[in-house]
Amino acid sequence: MTNENKDQFRPADHDNDHFLLTTVVGSYPKPKWLNRAKDLYEDEDSDFDEDNWQEAKDDAARLITAEHERAGLDVVVDGEMRRNEMVEFFAHRIEGYEFNGPVKVWGHNYFDKPSVVSEVEYDDSWLVDEYEFTADATDRPVKVPITGPYTLANWSFNEAYEDDDELTLELADLVNEEIEKLVDAGARYIQIDEPALATTPDDHAIVGEALEHIVADIPEEVRIGLHVCYGDYSRIYPEILEFPVDEFDLELANGDYEQLDVFKDPEFSKDLALGVTDAHVAEVESVEQIEENIKKGLEVVPPEQLVVSPDCGVKLLPRDVAYGKMANMVQAARNVEEDLDEGNIDIERGAPTPADD
Amino acid sequence: MENIKRRYSLVGATMTEYVSTTPGLYPLPDWAKDDLSDLKGHQKHDLISGDEGEEITATYEEAREEVVGVQTEAGLDRIVEGQLRWDDMLAHPLAVADAVETRGIVRYYDNNNFYREPVVTDDLEPTGDVAAELEAATQLTGGEDLQAVLPGPYSLFDLATDERYGDDAEFLAAIADFLAGEVEAFPDVETLFLLEPSLVESAPADGLDERASEAIDRVASATDADVVVQPYWGAVEEKVYAHLLDADIDAVGFDFVANQDDNVYNLQEYGATDDVALGLADGQNTLVEDPEAIRDRVEWVEGQLGVTDFETVYLTTNTETFYLPYRKYVEKLEVLAEAADLAEVTAA
Repeated sequence: MTNENKDQFRPADHDNDHFLLTTVVGSYPKPKWLNRAKDLYEDEDSDFDEDNWQEAKDDAARLITAEHERAGLDVVVDGEMRRNEMVEFFAHRIEGYEFNGPVKVWGHNYFDKPSVVSEVEYDDSWLVDEYEFTADATDRPVKVPITGPYTLANWSFNEAYEDDDELTLELADLVNEEIEKLVDAGARYIQIDEPALATTPDDHAIVGEALEHIVADIPEEVRIGLHVCYGDYSRIYPEILEFPVDEFDLELANGDYEQLDVFKDPEFSKDLALGVTDAHVAEVESVEQIEENIKKGLEVVPPEQLVVSPDCGVKLLPRDVAYGKMANMVQAARNVEEDLDEGNIDIERGAPTPADD
Repeated sequence: MENIKRRYSLVGATMTEYVSTTPGLYPLPDWAKDDLSDLKGHQKHDLISGDEGEEITATYEEAREEVVGVQTEAGLDRIVEGQLRWDDMLAHPLAVADAVETRGIVRYYDNNNFYREPVVTDDLEPTGDVAAELEAATQLTGGEDLQAVLPGPYSLFDLATDERYGDDAEFLAAIADFLAGEVEAFPDVETLFLLEPSLVESAPADGLDERASEAIDRVASATDADVVVQPYWGAVEEKVYAHLLDADIDAVGFDFVANQDDNVYNLQEYGATDDVALGLADGQNTLVEDPEAIRDRVEWVEGQLGVTDFETVYLTTNTETFYLPYRKYVEKLEVLAEAADLAEVTAA
């Protein structure tokens, strides 16, 4: 069995027959100096100007992309060095949004929750520059994470549309336009992030409908993933198998794989990007531990459909811990591939595989 | 002055009084968000536990003075303390209690907001924490038109975890006694709002619905103030509503932002208390309503019921307002005050 879509990312010098694609969800701890540069940029008394700030972000993007390479990841991201927050960043780039000030998330953690005050419209490209810069900075394939339209709608105040579903679909068309531009620029791996679906899992139908808009006229070979954070997965499975995506990226290490069985029946027919290291625990899991976690994925899908990644964005971890997790994760994936090559792994999958292919 | 004039105009007339108010739990002014972030920190052990030091206390005092001023300036008929210290939102009264451990961060209903899970590990005793806030507010308002705000007993029961009482009925009763104890320590207030979103979001099953009503009755009986029970994020199930009417309360609140049909149905089928609270301004959307539109919605509700003889109609946001950016929250208050004035004029 082969998986062309996934195998396009297989490095030419990959040693093992089996290939468990290793990647990240997206965000990564920002270097401390980048935060200091931001403070300087925002300080009116400082002469640290727009060009300096741009250069600082470029440096950080190059640095983290290289750090991903050094960890051995097959597909890299720039760690979202240019993005402040996953909704704000996009809202600043979409016509129709305005900002009225910070709102509470919990305790003294706030975010500038934007308001949609008029029809949302596509203006300039959101991510093409970011993608092109990162693609230039590395020889490895680059994944582009994009906050999904359902989350962009739900984590905003909706002043302009009849309901959030309508806003979601309008935003989905804009995401589609952006992906077209990214594909023209050479991107082949897009990940839609929908953390809001974890809050309201019963809304999976509108997320599915939005994805139909997102992938319209996008070439088949472009890999589309969907990242859904920790939540009650039984409320979205198996319905999500109908979504027009190649891969689901799921947070399961955090819950110690308690929900793994949810995905065994019916058979998981997409690729599974399994969270194998916990993004919320500031302790690097051992290679052996991560190997065990990867094998959990083999209870759900065959190796051809398995992708290995952290549970979620790792931006809140200390940077050395984040790096340790990436490096151990890659090592663990290579070890499991070797074991698979040698036929040392015998794991029974939850549901019987069809015999026709 | 507006308010005083209006009240005089009511003397001797059997007409409805329209009272603008809010369910409290305000957003912090932006400067206080910054200052308190710096003073307290961003982690869960940094949140309010009831023993904060001088500098933090002083910052909250200044912020309280500001939000009391905002209400007075807007011309609201009831003034709340603002509940700015309630880091854990409606779970706050438990979060500061001795018999409670605050544990992990858990989701606050269906919102992108989180609070510390309060776990009750010992016999609950009232703390006087909320009474102290109200005393402070009294200093600012001279005691006029003060409105207290508490979680309703069922919602607090729903938000908390019990490791002491062992069964739902006993735990709910203990929470009601706890809240009643808090209320008994209050200074004089005009009105007490009991916020009961869990009556909608996590509706009590058979048996528990009656106990929820008894628990509310227990808390309401602890004060001479007018008691308004405000469920939100929809309409309560009809059986829950029927039981709620058995409690000795002055008004039930209706979230007409989230659900019109079922709320009207409840009102038509089961009637209402003599007073009623109408949640007509959206506490979770920055779109600021027109005062005229709110006045029209009041008339629409009254028209649906074929009655206009409520003694008091409270006009309020449907939910707490901490979801809003500060300046939008200020605008919402202004609109409510104006809408109540308009309703009064129209009714006259």
